[in-house]
Amino acid sequence: MKNVLIECQSVCKDYAMGGEVIHALSNVSLTICKGEYVAIMGPSGSGKSTLMNLIGALDVPTRGDLVVDGLNLSIQAPDTLAEFRNHMVGFVFQQFNLLPRTSALENVKLPLFYSRKPGGDADDQAKACLQRVGLADRMHHDPTQLSGGQQQRVAIARALVNQPSVILADEPTGALDSKTSLELLDLFQELNQSGITIIVVTHDQEVADKSRRNLVFRDGRIVTDTVINADRAV
Amino acid sequence: MGLWKTINIALIALKVNALRSFLTMLGIIIGIASVIVMVSVSSGSKQEIERAIDQLGSNMLSIRPGASVSGGRHSAAGSATPLTEKDITKLKHRFDFLEGVSGSLSTTAPVIYGNSNWTTSIRGVHTDYIDVRQWVIDEGRNFSERETRSGGKVALLGQDLIEKLFGGETPLGARIRIKNVPFTVIGTLQAKGESSFGRSQDDVIFIPISTARMRVSGRNDRSVPDMVGNIYLTVSLDSNIQIAQQELTEFMRELRKIAPGAQDDFSVRNFSEFIRARNETSSTLGLLLAATAAIALLVGGIGIMNIMLVSVTERTREIGLRLAVGARRNDILMQFLVEAVTLCLIGSFFGVAIGVSTGELIRQTSEIPVLLNVPIIFVAIASATFVGIFFGFYPAQKASQMNPIDALRYE
Repeated sequence: MKNVLIECQSVCKDYAMGGEVIHALSNVSLTICKGEYVAIMGPSGSGKSTLMNLIGALDVPTRGDLVVDGLNLSIQAPDTLAEFRNHMVGFVFQQFNLLPRTSALENVKLPLFYSRKPGGDADDQAKACLQRVGLADRMHHDPTQLSGGQQQRVAIARALVNQPSVILADEPTGALDSKTSLELLDLFQELNQSGITIIVVTHDQEVADKSRRNLVFRDGRIVTDTVINADRAV
Repeated sequence: MGLWKTINIALIALKVNALRSFLTMLGIIIGIASVIVMVSVSSGSKQEIERAIDQLGSNMLSIRPGASVSGGRHSAAGSATPLTEKDITKLKHRFDFLEGVSGSLSTTAPVIYGNSNWTTSIRGVHTDYIDVRQWVIDEGRNFSERETRSGGKVALLGQDLIEKLFGGETPLGARIRIKNVPFTVIGTLQAKGESSFGRSQDDVIFIPISTARMRVSGRNDRSVPDMVGNIYLTVSLDSNIQIAQQELTEFMRELRKIAPGAQDDFSVRNFSEFIRARNETSSTLGLLLAATAAIALLVGGIGIMNIMLVSVTERTREIGLRLAVGARRNDILMQFLVEAVTLCLIGSFFGVAIGVSTGELIRQTSEIPVLLNVPIIFVAIASATFVGIFFGFYPAQKASQMNPIDALRYE
């Protein structure tokens, strides 16, 4: 049996909005194993981003159990969730979310700043990650001095710096042109082949085609779950 | 995560908005500077008062004859029965706590040396007077008990007189004349400077009280052949001066046969209290100044809170990101708290510099006494830190309670 990384059991997430309850996720059950490359698709408001936020411990389920790497996120204290976000997951956002007026290197070092596990030299770790995304020569540049693709690479380096088990990317190519997008997808593939689990939320079929498993959401439920590119399995 | 790193983050954040940070700091700078100046000025005048009390001796009491009352009519002060040598003897005999007792019979007359002369205060005193009034013999010696009793023609000179008559040369052994009576100078007095009333205390000459009575004062009242003017006395330091004052008053009433219920025709005074009362207004003013300074600091603190709230709102996305990469709520709280405190501390350093130099300027260019001391500086820095924590807490709390998802999406 494969190594289970993420296990959702009847996960629900409700939001109260203007006195009305919105069921963003209803009874989602799902298993994702280590080393998978999953693309989550679906129209806006279908619950795909909500699931991503739950897996990344930015939010907790209203009902149901969500276990990631043996930790039941539904019942943890805020500080435990912070620690989980720090070393288990790496986020990549559509708008990059780099700190302005802060060099690429310092941006990559940010998670290490909140890291409570003893590690090697922060500078060395951050430089190694920038090297991995091909930006070793840009480490002292501010975000404004970098192109969109480069900024997203810095963000990926930041996601990698604490050696997380899973990368969560929310529309990572949404703000990039198609050529840069392809380069970025190549990088994801490379990272996936090195054993990192990748979950991408996207509208873009091309992005989904590069993954190895497609989930389609509609109205808070999974409607299709297909394995593709099985031949590329690690 | 280290405090040092957090401070570094705060410094970077403050540098990004350098002008805004400086303007916010200005409130703290002004607040701290005024705290330092106001406190320095009020503690300067307090020190002045303490020095005046010290000079008088905090354990000194005086007894003066008061106004006589006859048929309900008050005469001038000093018109009552004079105090006498007998009173002094009885006081000494009665009270163990007296350390020194001396009469003081003053008159003003010209002192002649060679062809110069100077009119000064001539004070007939007992041997104890030097100690009781905290004088110090500079050169030579004090009167002996025998000289005091038997009308020795010897004198102790104050510094002003030495300057005026001897041009600063040592007067020891010189012969001077007062009202045609020759005196030998046997000692000089160390300078005391101005009294708290602003008069020079060194324009004075001391002679034995018996000599003053017989030869100089012209007040050799036949009915009171041994009058002593005022009596000054010191009580031992371990006795309570208020109680001593009361006991002396009662004893003097007994001696002067004052009927119960009748008014005293003398007064027993405690000088340090007198000076304290006289300066009460100045310390009230000092308090008022300090309160004004505290208000300035408070206004500065409100400015800090205001700008920290703006900063938290502006950096909502940054807060969201920090939470997403693993910052705990406490980390965010600390970050903004440290930022507010750093702002206040930098402001307080400028404030201390400006406050200290302003205080120094006042001290050098005006008559206002200023006492700058190190504790004030620490108090100022500590209060700036307190202001930072107090006014920075609410914005920091607000930042730390943000929902990471909403914060990340904030536009």
